[in-house]
Parts: sequence; C-alpha cells; structure tokens
Amino acid sequence: MSIIDAILGDFFWRALIGGLGVALVAGPLGCFVVWRRMAYFGDTLAHSALLGIALSFLISVPINLGVIITCVVLAVALVLFSRSKTLATDTLLGILAHSALAIGLVTLSFMPDIRIDLTGLLFGDLLAMSRHDLLWIYGGAALILALLTLLWRGLLMSTIHEELARVEGVPVERLRLALMLMFSIVIAVAMKIVGVLLITALLIIPAATARRLAYNPEHMVALAIVFGFVAVSGGLTLSWHLDTPAGPSVVVTAFCVFLLVYGSARQTQS
Amino acid sequence: MAEALVELRRVTVSFDNRPVVDHVDLRVQRGDIITIIGPNGAGKTTLIKAILGIQPISDGALTLAPGLTIGYVPQHLTLETTLPLSVKRFMLLSGRSHVECREALSKTGVAHLIDASVHRLSGGEKQRLLLARALARRPDLLVLDEPAQGVDINGQAALYDLIRSLRDELHCGVIMISHDLHLVMAATDKVICLNQHVCCSGYPADISHDPAFIETFGRPVAESLAVYHHRHNHSHDLHGDVVTGEDDDHRECSHVHH
Repeated sequence: MSIIDAILGDFFWRALIGGLGVALVAGPLGCFVVWRRMAYFGDTLAHSALLGIALSFLISVPINLGVIITCVVLAVALVLFSRSKTLATDTLLGILAHSALAIGLVTLSFMPDIRIDLTGLLFGDLLAMSRHDLLWIYGGAALILALLTLLWRGLLMSTIHEELARVEGVPVERLRLALMLMFSIVIAVAMKIVGVLLITALLIIPAATARRLAYNPEHMVALAIVFGFVAVSGGLTLSWHLDTPAGPSVVVTAFCVFLLVYGSARQTQS
Repeated sequence: MAEALVELRRVTVSFDNRPVVDHVDLRVQRGDIITIIGPNGAGKTTLIKAILGIQPISDGALTLAPGLTIGYVPQHLTLETTLPLSVKRFMLLSGRSHVECREALSKTGVAHLIDASVHRLSGGEKQRLLLARALARRPDLLVLDEPAQGVDINGQAALYDLIRSLRDELHCGVIMISHDLHLVMAATDKVICLNQHVCCSGYPADISHDPAFIETFGRPVAESLAVYHHRHNHSHDLHGDVVTGEDDDHRECSHVHH
C-alpha cells in the first residue's frame, strides 16, 4: 500500500498514470476518428467541453459528468442537423465548434466567484491531476474498452460499408450513438491532461502514425495505443523537465513520432 | 404458384412529395433473375434500397418471406484507405466461418486473393469479392446494384454467367440493376423497365418490341436488342444475314445508354 501511496502522492506519477489511461482509449477511438473522417467532428465535441464545464458550475454537478452530457447532447444535435443537409457538414461543424467554445468562455466570465484555471482547461495541466480524476479516467477507460470489445464487429462493419452493414442487420444508428458516447467520455477525461483544444490531436496523431505500419484494423489500434503511450510519457517528461505546458508537450511528442515513422518506415499498403 | 421471396404492391417512395418510385408492383420467386433497367434517375437504386429495407417506403406494401436472408452486392466498394483490411478479414466480418468464407471466395473465383489487401484489388476483383461476401451469408435473395460496373467487357459476360450459375446452385432469387442492356438481355429471365413507374416488364424478347420500352430507350436501342436477341436464339447459319444492319445499331446503342 505504501508504495502505491507514494506513487499516487506524486503529482507527476499521477499525471503519467492518468495520461496512459487516456492513451489506452484514445488509440482505438482515434482509429475510428481517422477511418470515419471525424477529425473536425471530434474537435467540435472537444470545444463544447468548455460549455459543459460552465454548465456544471451553474447547476452544480460533477464537471466530468457535465462535460459528458453536454458532448452527448451536442453530438446527437449534430447528427440530426447534418441529416437535413441545408448546410455542408464542415460549415455546420465550424459554426458549432466555435460557438460552443465562445458560449463556454462567455458563460464562465459571468461567474467571477468561481476560480478556474482557464489555460489549464484549454491546454492541459500536469499539476491538476487528482486521485479522483484517476478514478474517472480508469472508470471511463474500462467502460469504453468493454463497449468497444462488445460492439467491435458491428462498429468495424458499419465503418467499412454502412449500407452493407445495415442489410446484414447491424444497428448502424445505435452504434453511431454508442461511438458518440465514447467520444464524449474520452473528451471529459482527457481534458485535464491535454486540454480542450488539443484532444483531437491525441486522438488522430497516434492513429495516423499507426496506419503507416498496420496490416489490419486491430493491429492499427494496438500500434495507436503504443504511440499514444510514447506521446504521453515523452510529453509529460518534457513538461516536467522544461516546465512546458502539458498538452502541447504531449502533442509535440506525438508529432515527432509521426514524422519519424513516416520518414523512415517502408510503406505498407495493407 | 410458388412462394414469393419478395412482393411489392403499389410501392411508392417519395422525396419531398416527389415520387421517385411510383406505384411499383414486383414479385420475386426462387430461381428468378429479374433485371431492372431504366434511364439515370429512374429510381432503380431507390427501389432496391426499399427492398433491402434501407430506404423507407412512403406508400404501398412490401412483403418479405419470413426469415429471408438477403445477400447485397453494392454498386461500389469504396473503402477508406486509412483502414487496413485484408480480403480474409473483410470476409470474416460477415460472421461466417473460415471454411464458408473460403468456399464463397472459390465460387466467385477469387480464392487466391484471400491474403491480399482489399485496397489493391481491381474493379472486377472487388465485384467478385462483394459477391463472395454476399454468398457467404447463404442468401435466399441476391440483390446486385450494377454488378458489372468498372469491369471490362469480357469480365462482364463472365460475371453475368457466374450470377446465373450461382442462381442455379443456390436456387435463390436474383434482382439486379444493370446498364449493359445486351448482356442483360442474354442473361436474364425477366426485365423491368423502370422510369419512376414500371414502363413495361416481361421477357427480354418481348420487351424490346414494347412501345413503352422504345419510347424510353429510343428505337435504335430497341432494334439492336431485338436483333441481338434474335441472334442469340437462332443457329449461327443466320448470322451473316443478321449482321448487315447490326453494326450501326450497336454503335448507336452504345451512344444512347451511357
């Protein structure tokens, strides 16, 4: 117990353990973001997290829960809006992403009594990881991994060919909702480490790096997790030694790994 | 009368109150090969999507035989290149066993590609993969949306032959959409000419004389088909006589229908 206590008593180790937990689920979900071309969508959800934080303070619910609920509501609204096809999806996402961020910032400015570290929320904070956050991260990760395992074949099939999946009886719409829920959870728990503005990077950079070397979907997921681990441990170490902001350091590390792999690896086209 | 796999009664599909498929009646039994032809925008794809259950119908009745398994061959297999996928993995995602998947790939003649990446397949190989994928499910009804698109002309004839022999082997029903009128006329039992509503339907030999068909596709096409079918049914002694006017018709025909 004392060893565990010693480790969890150190904020750097807490941040690292939390970061690795985030990378564990960012890997598979990041692959889906890349496969389904949802990078901008992920950005929009992440930006709305700030609104979720503001709302959590307003109605006093736990921040993580508030963020998850806000993200899910926005995700469902997005899916419904994009069906009407009056605006191109990227325009719609652009409007909602920045509006959600702006509304979040404006709402927070109305609450002077609440002291929050805005930079920390936007760019991540190494020092902010509490034991309580670790519980949220690993609880969320366990839930996401369980859902992914359970729904894997249907999710993969509806990603490869949606109509074929429908004809074969895959509940495409329900799976889309499940995926949105998983994104919302990962955004809520990753926020502390990399910050609202950089979550999408943690999702897509390791997955894109993995694509270069992967020969099947599961292999790509495994590699994305490994590259996520490298990015988190490298980035947090950098942040610790050079006193750089945590989120950007993680993303810079991920980007370096990306450049390294794409620069050196032989193209595999499977 | 044999049990119908699918029965459509006055099925209408409307977008914004504009009917795209208008009061269509259709009945498919085991062993049938029914080909839907028609100009672009005639609602062919919408009609089969209604049959597949991925396009809600606005009016009419659509009845599927209880427990019907449908094998669907979509028009394209457009795959996201960011998703690494082998032929084997794609087949196994159907939820069928290794043995069944391998067997289906052999039937469509692409078993040697089992370890290849789906991103490296040619158009014809992709169509055969999609067909194998549909077969692995042991379908009662096979639905194909322009199966020969992106396949060269020799490959097209072979593909239609394959579809026919699979029908015989599985004793399933087949509905397909096609643009390749000549091949269709040779391969199919019944043709439905769709232009929102069913313009005309019947056996290939009869339909090419139908005024509605001639109006939709133009006289040159109808004539070339009549000639073609004639040639198909008769011995080769007549060949010389028939060919005289045929070349022109063929050339015009290929202008008309793409």
